[in-house]
Amino acid sequence: MHIPDGFLNPGTSTSLIGVALGVGVYAISKIKQKFFAKQKKQVLVTPEGMEMGGRTVTKLTKYGREKIFKMASAGAFIFAAQMFNFPVAHGTSGHLLGGVLAAVLLGPLAGMLVISIILIAQSLFFADGGLIALGANIFNMGIVGAIGGYYLYQFLKKYIKKILPAAFVAAWVSVVIASAVASLELAISGTISLGTVLPAMTKIHALIGIGEGIITVLVLWGLKFREKADE
Amino acid sequence: MNKRYLYLILISFLVAGIISLFASSAPDGLEKVAEDKGFIVQALEYPFRTLMPDYLIPEVDNEYLAAVFAGIMGIVIVFLFVYFISRAIVIRR
Repeated sequence: MHIPDGFLNPGTSTSLIGVALGVGVYAISKIKQKFFAKQKKQVLVTPEGMEMGGRTVTKLTKYGREKIFKMASAGAFIFAAQMFNFPVAHGTSGHLLGGVLAAVLLGPLAGMLVISIILIAQSLFFADGGLIALGANIFNMGIVGAIGGYYLYQFLKKYIKKILPAAFVAAWVSVVIASAVASLELAISGTISLGTVLPAMTKIHALIGIGEGIITVLVLWGLKFREKADE
Repeated sequence: MNKRYLYLILISFLVAGIISLFASSAPDGLEKVAEDKGFIVQALEYPFRTLMPDYLIPEVDNEYLAAVFAGIMGIVIVFLFVYFISRAIVIRR
C-alpha cells in the first residue's frame, strides 16, 4: 500500500508529512527516556559522605541496548517480509505491512519508528512509495497501522484474553483501516471519489489482511512472544 | 543479544534468498485499484534515480540474483539504519 507521488495533492501530502514528523519527534523523545540512565560519577567522596567534583554521565541502559537490537532485527525482518508479495484474488497481490507486528513486539512508539525507517529506506533506495507521499505512507502504515493497531490489540486482548487471536484480529483490522485511510486521502486530494475508491480498497485489503494476520501470528508464535518479557 | 531475534535476522535473509523467488508479481492492492479505477496514470516517476528500483540491482544481469542481492542489501540497510538512528537519537544530549 505504498502510495507513489502524484496520487495525492500537495496540500494533503505536505500536511501528512507534518503529522508524521510531529509523531516521530514525540516518539523519539518518549522512547529516549527509557534507553538512558543518568549515572553519577563521583570523583571524590569524603568519609562523611560529602561529594566533590561529581558529574553525571548518561549511559545506555542494558534495556536500551537490547531494545535497539530488537528494533533493528524486527525492522530487518519486516522489510524482508514486505518483499514477499503473496497472491490474493484475481490478479492482485498483497504483502505484510507489519504495523501490528512491530508494535506488539516493540511497543507502539518504537514500532512506529521502525516502520517509518523501513518506509524511508524503501522510498530512497528502492523507489517504492513516493518521496512527497512519504508522510502519507508513514501516517497510514506507521501511525494508523502500528500505533492504532497496538491500541486495538490491547483493547481486544482484554476481551479475548489470548495474545495470538487478538494479534490476528488487530492485524486484519489495521490493514483494512489503513486502506480506508488511504482511500480517504485519495478522495481528499480529488484523485477519485470516495464512493468509488473506498469499497474497492477495503474489499481487496480485507483479503490481504488475512495474510497479514497469519504472518503476524506466525512470527509472534515463533518468537514465543510473552507479554512480560517485552515492553 | 536476544537469541530469538538473531533467528529473526536469519529468517529475513532466508526470505530474501528463497521465498522472494515465489513472490507474486501481480500488482498490489493499491496498484490494482488504481488500474481498475483509472487513476494509475497520475502516478509520477520517482524524482531521482535510486540504487535498486523495483527491488532489483540494475547492474546484475541475472534477474534472480539481482532480486536476491537487492533483498540482502535492503535487509542490511534497514538493520543499520534502525540500529544507528536509534543509537544516535539516544546518545545526543
